[in-house]
Amino acid sequence: MALETANIQDKIAQKFGNEVRNFEMLGGIFTFEVHSDSAHNAIDFLKNDSELNFHFLTDLCAIHYPDNDTEHHYAIVYLLHNWIENTRIRVKTYLSSERLEIKTITDLFLSANWMERETYDFYGVDFKGHPQLKRILNMDEMTSFPMRKEFPMEDSGRTDKDDRFFGRTKTNSQ
Amino acid sequence: MVPPPEGVSGEGFFATKLDDVVGLARANSLWPLPFATSCCGIEFMATMASHYDLARFGSERVSFSPRQADMLMVMGTISKKMAPILRQVYEQMSEPRWVISVGACACSGGIFDTYSVLQGIDKVIPVDVYVPGCPPRPEQIVDGVMQLQALVKNESVRRRNSPEYKELLASYNL
Repeated sequence: MALETANIQDKIAQKFGNEVRNFEMLGGIFTFEVHSDSAHNAIDFLKNDSELNFHFLTDLCAIHYPDNDTEHHYAIVYLLHNWIENTRIRVKTYLSSERLEIKTITDLFLSANWMERETYDFYGVDFKGHPQLKRILNMDEMTSFPMRKEFPMEDSGRTDKDDRFFGRTKTNSQ
Repeated sequence: MVPPPEGVSGEGFFATKLDDVVGLARANSLWPLPFATSCCGIEFMATMASHYDLARFGSERVSFSPRQADMLMVMGTISKKMAPILRQVYEQMSEPRWVISVGACACSGGIFDTYSVLQGIDKVIPVDVYVPGCPPRPEQIVDGVMQLQALVKNESVRRRNSPEYKELLASYNL
């Protein structure tokens, strides 16, 4: 018996009520939004419910939406996979730029350890309760979070780039 | 056979300058230390192999220890996290030492104008010869080595004690 989308929606809506919303199919993956305070509980439920059984964390990442209102500046996206039914689900939760923190899910998935470190490294999201929240890919001395939209695209240390050769001046002369 | 330097020859003797003899010996026994991080390293492998055969120039002995190397060949993208390691390798080499920067990434950061990549290795260590290209062909790398040989041949034995050289190292905090 395949795991029906409507079934999943019913179970989640019944359990979490107003905390969840915006159920939709996005790119072939069933997606819903959850309030950031309930994100940990929702993922716990998705993993441990005997019928839903989303026992594999495929990925975890952040997204920066600088044009949204401050309550929705950042999103954390969890991608879960049920290997038995071969069904995937996407859980989105929004964070405000003033309070950029969320409860860690390393207690549910050990694989979340490095994923959350990476998300912290690039977006500066504080995962509360993470056992070792420090930079994983960038150098430790770095003070900024490079995947935020306000971070400049090009390195300021570059000295050989002449705007004339990149079509950035009107007349192609200095 | 390498032609002898300028000098006076007679019955059973040959007189020339010490600088020339030392330069000749150094130039034709440059032991390379390959610091290969990406595709330029593949070109270097071709350069060392039988077809292009860098051994013809006295560089057959690839030294994988900085302590027994004369010529540091940096081939590939150096990330900012890698920069202190490159510096340490350079520091461990004994004088006289030379550096060839192979490829666009090592010379200037190449296409990687971004937060994680060092914008040219000359930001952390002094460079003698730049070999441009993305990646450069083995002929270009061989040409770079020959350019370096010309530098080494004409270098004064006292250059490493000169105030200019000390000033150069001091500008890199070495």
